[in-house]
Parts: sequence; structure tokens; C-alpha cells
Amino acid sequence: MGTKELMKPKNGNNFTKLFRNQIFIPLAALLLLALFNLIADPSFFKITLGYNNMGNPVLSGFLVTILDSGSEVAILAIGMTLVTAATGGQDISVGAAVAIAGSVLLRVLCGHDTRPETLQVPIIVGFLVCCVVAMLFGVFNGVLVAYFKIQPMVATLILYTAGRSIAAWINNNELPIVNEPSFGYFGGFIPGIPIPTPFFIAIICMIVIGLVLKFTNLRLYTQAVGINENSSRLNGLNPQIIKVLSFVILGLCVAVVGLIKTSRVSSINYSVIAKDIEMDAILAVALGGNALGGGKFNMTASIIGAYVIQFLTQTLFKFNVKSTALPAYKAVVVIVLVVISAPVVREWFSATMKKLKTKEAA
Amino acid sequence: MGNESALLEMRNIHKSFPGVRALQGVDFTLRAGEVHALMGENGAGKSTLIKVLTGVSGYVKDEGTISLEGKAASIRSPQDAQKVGISTVYQEITLCPNLSVAENMYIGRTQSVYQNWKKMNADTEKILRSLEIPATATQQLESCSIAVQQMIAIARAVDMDCKVLILDEPTSSLDEQEVAKLFKLMRDLKKRGVGIIFVTHFLDQVYEICDRITVMRDGKLVGEYEIKDLPRVKLVSAMLGKELDDMADIQSEQKAYERKKDMVPVFEAEGLVSDAGIKPFNFHIDKGEVNGFTGLLGSGRSESVRAIFGADRVLGGKVKKDGKEIKISKPIDAMRNGIAYLPEDRKIDGIVGDLSVRDNLILAQQVLKGFFKPFSKAEANKFADEYIKLLSIKTASADTPIKSLSGGNQQKVILARWLLTHPDYLILDEPTRGIDVGTKVDIQKLVLKLASEGMSVTFISSEMDEMLRTCSRLIVMRDRKVVGELSGDELNQTTIMNTIAGGDR
Repeated sequence: MGTKELMKPKNGNNFTKLFRNQIFIPLAALLLLALFNLIADPSFFKITLGYNNMGNPVLSGFLVTILDSGSEVAILAIGMTLVTAATGGQDISVGAAVAIAGSVLLRVLCGHDTRPETLQVPIIVGFLVCCVVAMLFGVFNGVLVAYFKIQPMVATLILYTAGRSIAAWINNNELPIVNEPSFGYFGGFIPGIPIPTPFFIAIICMIVIGLVLKFTNLRLYTQAVGINENSSRLNGLNPQIIKVLSFVILGLCVAVVGLIKTSRVSSINYSVIAKDIEMDAILAVALGGNALGGGKFNMTASIIGAYVIQFLTQTLFKFNVKSTALPAYKAVVVIVLVVISAPVVREWFSATMKKLKTKEAA
Repeated sequence: MGNESALLEMRNIHKSFPGVRALQGVDFTLRAGEVHALMGENGAGKSTLIKVLTGVSGYVKDEGTISLEGKAASIRSPQDAQKVGISTVYQEITLCPNLSVAENMYIGRTQSVYQNWKKMNADTEKILRSLEIPATATQQLESCSIAVQQMIAIARAVDMDCKVLILDEPTSSLDEQEVAKLFKLMRDLKKRGVGIIFVTHFLDQVYEICDRITVMRDGKLVGEYEIKDLPRVKLVSAMLGKELDDMADIQSEQKAYERKKDMVPVFEAEGLVSDAGIKPFNFHIDKGEVNGFTGLLGSGRSESVRAIFGADRVLGGKVKKDGKEIKISKPIDAMRNGIAYLPEDRKIDGIVGDLSVRDNLILAQQVLKGFFKPFSKAEANKFADEYIKLLSIKTASADTPIKSLSGGNQQKVILARWLLTHPDYLILDEPTRGIDVGTKVDIQKLVLKLASEGMSVTFISSEMDEMLRTCSRLIVMRDRKVVGELSGDELNQTTIMNTIAGGDR
């Protein structure tokens, strides 16, 4: 009989409490990185107001770049957190799916002509079509995982491999260019607002997921399925549907990022767009202290994790690390962060803290 | 007796966890060649004591000494324990189901890189035969029954020259013949001088096989007794810490259930069959009735109720609720029709381990309510507090993950989960397995109370006297088939046994 009654300490000191909180690690990492930059070279935090070639006011600086590109990862981290929680695996086809979503968007906007003078349909229509397609690919991944019981990484390997070819094929391997200036707003700046639009889009996504988690049972159902599928089924849930749903939500996130990515260049480069972004998204989930084996999750921690990763990237850029060497440096920092945020280490740390405290008292 | 040299001595063992003092100065003595029962309610500290003894990580004792054959033993890991000759066979099989029997016997024991497969298989075959275990060396472990797997785990321990063998609830998933076989094996080991620590909830078995009993309560030692000096009633009161006549109470509470002629059953099944391999069966239950499925393990008791709830795939048959025909193809259909099912295997099918007691408690009702209608925090807290109080669930708070509760309290949470859905028909599949005596009595009482309030209950238990105490009608199963239905005067041990056994009366 398992009769252990490991109860959480009811009134551990505030630091222990904070440390047990899942968002502590990503927040601490963020502060540490900021502190490091502050000491090493405060110019990291310099933000300048300038004007872009359209004559609009824009802010620039490392922090602005972090908000800008970090938002893409943050949006994907939302979906990735749910997929991880429900299936206990990760979707590695996210980058390829962004390429498909972007390609579909351009195809719908441009029609047969690769460089149309005017858009064939309003941007919103193009975006909706792109959402539907991205969600369908989510269903594809989800069905493989939920109904055919294929390991998520293996199941999504299919799209990971084929996705960029599919993206190129959608536009007959041509590179459509959108001339409409308003299309550039999504990945750039809205005239008159000097903060990059992707940040606002990310905020909207966060609000939406926040409302969904508050006003539906998405959290309870996803966690239940991720922790114990048998038991969830006997409680009337349909674990397959929940899993597919998580992939569909990730698909929606992919569509949003597809819009931002294509908007940035008003075109697409099939082999480069959103390359390796899935790894950043998975890292964000891990950095947030979420168990990659599924189950309980903390959305806020994942989102902060996404910005931490971008913060790290920019810090390395600042110190002139070559872009080819970047992944190696990143890996070292990530190993440290992920190890610290591992539940085992956290338990050990709070146990040690407690011991020290009792010793002091004695 | 009593003067044989002690094989294992644990003195003044202390162990605390955050918020709980799990062991407070416990002594335990095991002599060579004895079977020693370790008894206590859930949360008494039995498992903790055993984990301390076997060096499970995180269970290093805070204080106290352990000595084996007079020498102090330092046990800091399961490997240490094995080295000094302490082996454990847990309730849950901890072998590798996808490896062969022989591989399981020798896994982690060979030092060399090379493995002589032929010799390994031959040796295994020899051990299996000497212990009369019905398995072959090359058979995949998964294909053996749970009982055989358990015996293989014991054989592995014996083969490693263990002096102390710990059996943690080994019989909870075995039927009677299998238990008999296991006991024979235990007696053999006794003769070889092995000291056996036997942890169980079955009183009958304790009195059948054990020489001594050590009773624990609330992390403290109550006492060590010779079996002949401790009659059952005294044992139970030692475990509970109070004189207990609840058992007697229950008997008097039960009213003979009489069926009115023109009554429409709450639930009725005709020719119901599922893909779990049971024969089609007919079944009905009336309002306020408590009935039960009985039979040996594997006779199809659980499969029958799973078919009713739609837990297995239903292949055919008609079901009616309150006289109206309904269709149940998955659990949610049954739930919408007011049927609730507490599954047999609490860990695999019942609890959602990492979720809090509160989330576990509201889960079923929440699913019934629908995706877009979550309970507010206040509502969820209200339900949790209400049921924690109602069923006196022992938990630090409603936020505690359910997996850190003791077995009996986990079961109460699952029970609360279904009571919250206010079902008309409640199916309890082995609700009392592996939980302490006090909780067992609580659950039996609750079943009778619910029935008196008009709920229909189907109750399954491996313990005959529990069934007799609660049910007014028993459906007897043998070899996955319903073979009889007993009620009234027929409800006694002899008749039931005869029906289960079949053949000549």
C-alpha cells in the first residue's frame, strides 16, 4: 500500500514558496540575464526612437527586438504547452507548418499572379483561409497521435520533413510578393505606433488563451488526459478529441505566426522561414518548468520562457557571437536553466533550504 | 518461542516528512523462519517502515538503528538492501512485462558483459520447477497471470539468497487458489529459514500463515504479539485504537430487501456483451437495492459491470433505464443516464495522480456539465470542502495532489467524485480493496445508507463477508458466465461457495 503522506509544507518561508512557484525559474532567468547585461554593458537597454523608410516613428534597440521576435515564439509556446500537456510529446513540425500557412496566405492574397498590383481578397479573408489550412494540418498531426497512437515526435516528423516542399508546391515554387503596404503592418509597425505589432498580436493571443482557460474546462480536461488517459475516459472524457484539439489550437498559433513571418518580408522564403522555431517553442515550454512528459502545465511560465530565450539570443548577438556559433552558446545556458527548473532539483533545493533553516534555529 | 535469535532488528526508527511525522520511534524484530505480519491502517506507517528498511530513495531514516544477524547494517539504497539479503515484492509488480521470465529473474544481477543465455534459461527452469511455479523460462512475463508474476518476483528474491523477504500486499489481486499456492511457497521458504514480513489487509490470511503480528498506528508501534495471544477483535481494536463494534452494527442495519411485483427496474440489461470476453448476460437492479457480482478473480465480475458502464466496447444487448430503452456505448452515455462507476484499479483507472483532491473530486460532474461551463473557484471549493468533511477524507488541503494521499483516502475522493454527480445507480468495483479496516466499514455503511435513500448500488468485493453484509442479492459468475442468482436464505457462505464451484452440491 502506498501510504506515504508527503504533504507540502503549509507555511514554508516566503522564499521557499516563491521558489516552488513554477514561474520563478523563467522570471529569475530573465532577471539574471538583465542584470548581466546591466553590468557588462548597459547600452543593451538603450532604446532609440527613429523613423523608418515610410516615415513612421519606430523604436529600436535590443529590448524592442526581444519583444518583436520573442512574440513569435511566445505565440507558438501557447499551443506547444497544450500539446505537451495533453499528449506528453512535442510537435516538431511547427516551423514547416508556418511555411505552409504563410504560403497559403500569399497564394490566396496574390492569386495566380505572383506580383499583383492589388490584392485578390482582403487580408482578413486570406488569414482565415490560412487559419483553416493550418488547423487542418493540426488535425492531421492530432489524428496520427490520438487515434493511431504514434509518438508525437514521430508523427510530426512527417510534416517536418514534407512541410516546406508542400509550402513551395502551393505557390508552384514561385515567390509571390505583396505590394500592399498595409500587409507589412503585421510583422512591422502600424503607422503612428512605434512598438512592433507582433507584440500586440502576442498580447491578443495571450488574452484569448487566458479567457479560454478561464471560461472553459480546457485546462482541467487537458491535464486530466495528460496525466491519466484511462481515468479520463472513465470520467466521460474523450481523450482522443482533447488531444486533437490541442493540435488544432497549435495550428491556430501557427497561422498567426505565418501571418507575422510573411508580413515581415511581404514575401516568403520556403527553406528559411521559421527555421528551427519549433525548438525554441519546445524550449520555452521546458524553461517554464512544464513537464515534457505531459500533465500539469503553467501557461504564463511558458510565455515568459519564450521571451527569456529571445533575451538570451539577443544577449549573445550583443556580444558579437557569430550566428553560426550561436546555437552552441545557447545550448550551454539552456542546459543550466532546464536542469535548475527540473522538479527533482527544485525538490532537492527546497529540502536543503529547509535543513539550513532548521540548523539555524537549533 | 520468543527466544530465537533475531534475524533483523530495527530499533527506535524515526522518519519525518514535511508536515508529517511518519515514524516515531518504531521497533521491529524479525526472527529467522517466521512469517511476521505487519498490520495497521492506511497511514499507520507500514509502507514507510518498509521503504526505510529497503533503502528507497527519499526514505533514509532520521534516527535509529537497523541490524541484521546482530551486525549493524547501513542501507542507503535498494542495492544495499539486496546485498545484505533483504528483498521486497511489492503489490504492484515491479518486473519488466516485455521481457522473458528468465530475463526478469536475472536482470541487473550479472556483472559480466556477456550473458550465457542457455545457462540462464536452464537455471530459471530449475528454480521454477523447484518452487512449482507454472511458467516457462522463455515465456514473456506479460503472458503470465498476476499471481504467477508475483511468484516469479519471489523466486527472483529467493534465488538472490535473501534472508529477509518482504511481501507488500502480495495477495490483493489473487484468487483463493492462487493465494493457497503463494502460501505453500511461503511455508517452503520458512523451512529454509527465511524471515518473511507480510503486509496485508486480509485478516483471514494473517491468521492462516503468520506466527507473529506487529501492529502500528499513526507512525507509532502499538505492540508485537504472538498470533495465539491476539484474537481478531483485539487485533482490529489495536489497529484502530478503539473497541470496535461497528462490524456488528452493520449486520443489524441491513434490512431484507423485498421486491415488489410491478416494480420497474432502475436499470435492466438483456443479453449484454462486451469485447472483454464475457458471455452475454441479463441483469436488473431496482430502486434502493444493493446487489453484487461474486465469483473468483477472473470470473468476469468486473467485465460485467464495465459492460454496463460502457467502459469496454459493448458488442450487443439491450439496456433499459427506468423502463426506457437507452444506448450506452461509452462512459459518458452511462453518466448522462445517471450511472456512476468506481473502477477496480484505483491507480490506473481511478485517480488522476498529479491533480489536486479538488480537481479529482469535481472531474466527473465537470465533464457532465460540459466544456463551456466550468465551476467557479468558489463552487469547486465548496464541493471539495463539503465532501472532504462528509466522508472524513484525510488530506492536508483540497490543493494537495491526490497521489500523496493514502490509498483509503484516495478511494474516498473517487467515491466523492461519483456521489457529487448524484447518480441513480452506483457501481462499486472492489471499493474496499487494499484499504484499511476503518475505511472499509465506513464505505459499507455508506453503501447501505445511500440505498436506504433510494440509490441503487452494485457492489463487488473479493471478501465474501463484506458482500454478505451489504448485498441483498448476489449474482454468481464462473468462467465469464453468470451461473446463478442468490437471495434471501441462500445468502450464506456455503451456498455461495457451492454455486461458485459449480458441479454437485
